[in-house]
Amino acid sequence: MSELTVSIGPQHPGAGHFRLIVKLDGDKIIEVNPDPGYVHRGEEKIAEYRNYIQNIPHFERPGIHDSSNMLFAYVQAVEGLMKLEVPERGKYIRVIMAELNRIISHLYYLAIYGIFVGHSTMFMWPMGDREHFIDLAQMISGQRVGFAFLLPGGVRNDMPEGVKTRANDACNYFEKRLIEYERIFMNNPIFENRTKGIGKLSKEDAINLGVVGPTLRASGVKADIRKDEPYAVYDKLDFDIPVSKDCDSWARAWIHIEEMRQSMSIIKQSLKDMPSGPVKLNLRGQVRAPPGEVFSRAEASRGTVSFYLVSNGDMNPYRIRLITPSFRNLIAIPHILKGLLLADIPPVFWSLDYWPVEADR
Amino acid sequence: MSGTPEIKQEHPKREKKIADNIAVKLKKDILDIEIKPKRIKVKIKHQSIKKAANYLKTVLNLDHVVSVSGIDYPNDNEIEIVYHAGTYEHKDLSDLLVALVYRIPREKPKTLTLTDVWPSTEYDERETYEMLGVIFDGHPKLEKLFLPEDWDDIPPLRKDFKNPGR
Repeated sequence: MSELTVSIGPQHPGAGHFRLIVKLDGDKIIEVNPDPGYVHRGEEKIAEYRNYIQNIPHFERPGIHDSSNMLFAYVQAVEGLMKLEVPERGKYIRVIMAELNRIISHLYYLAIYGIFVGHSTMFMWPMGDREHFIDLAQMISGQRVGFAFLLPGGVRNDMPEGVKTRANDACNYFEKRLIEYERIFMNNPIFENRTKGIGKLSKEDAINLGVVGPTLRASGVKADIRKDEPYAVYDKLDFDIPVSKDCDSWARAWIHIEEMRQSMSIIKQSLKDMPSGPVKLNLRGQVRAPPGEVFSRAEASRGTVSFYLVSNGDMNPYRIRLITPSFRNLIAIPHILKGLLLADIPPVFWSLDYWPVEADR
Repeated sequence: MSGTPEIKQEHPKREKKIADNIAVKLKKDILDIEIKPKRIKVKIKHQSIKKAANYLKTVLNLDHVVSVSGIDYPNDNEIEIVYHAGTYEHKDLSDLLVALVYRIPREKPKTLTLTDVWPSTEYDERETYEMLGVIFDGHPKLEKLFLPEDWDDIPPLRKDFKNPGR
């Protein structure tokens, strides 16, 4: 038996700088060793040198396509220690931004998935449609990426006039587009052949390995922090958690499509239900957590993001532990890839939506 | 009410009940229990960690670990290790997290791995090993994860490590 060790990456195997050390017998994978760390910035250490306001743009850096969801857990941790109650309208705007971010991140995922399986139309379409939602987020926050829009006590500013019409237009347009996505991509025999039944992660393994997000839900576990531990106004909104029992790469991609439908429904409901009033508390810049500790969670586009904040009452946090969904899903990569063929690595690896920048922090 | 875990007071009784059960079962091993809505913090003696973890997993059905954190306390000359465990299967407890907390001496930070109880801790423990220098005995692959291979400074999340230029 002749074994061959192949290094895939670290030069950007599609997702960011990350390496897989793959042991092969012929083209069958015997063992996979993930080697993260190429984009490690020591964000937990850096956060100890910054105050709570400076940490806002800092903590959206791991998931730049998903900045509002990353910050959601952070601001809730700070608010939890400071015992702040966010104004109702601020909560609705937070939810709208979080769901816009979910769509933006999921569309990026689908676009890159197109590249991974050599389907260039599937790269062009989501990237093009993504602009509608980036424009909307820009209209609300003033930025195209990295909004730094959520802050302890609310959101940075109120929405301008016209967001409601524009958001409804974008959602109505995109709902039709999603049907075309399913036709050209999800139900495409070429895509199905490369993903259906490939890269299976059983329900028991998914639970045991503690994976999160679409990867978990594609393995038949109905778990979503928005429902399990409702925050902001998610308990007042009507939406579903898509779950699949197929456990394969195709199911993981399908979950993303369905979640975008749900996100659009949430955005529409929020725009309809939101009251008028202030969007943030006037803290006069006095953001300083009292001594204590808090563990806060939010559902980001790739899964649960958690912040464990320990404060000793200083200007800066004493210790912040940031757990990102990609870091949680890292353990699933060697587990799923074992026993597959070398050519299965791109479609299976990307189906997990593993984002090295987010995992390395 | 706000969605933040500290303010929302939905099930204060439920946490109390679970905490009481833990306290009865692990009486000799527990130093202290703190209850907040949706969060239970169990401070445990270092040598009882495996027993406590097994209890949480088998009896309380806490099937996965959400986070493993190490916190350096140079003034106490100790390092605190915190395991936050949750459940996917037990739907009524899906919002509950139980923190298992223990402290080990800073000079000789040696402890037992919990990868055999919760496989999901594998990479978290590796990160705690390289960032705080904690050695988890019995871990299947205790190697550097994020740091460069040639890192020869003290573990960077220790408080006496100062970021360059600060």
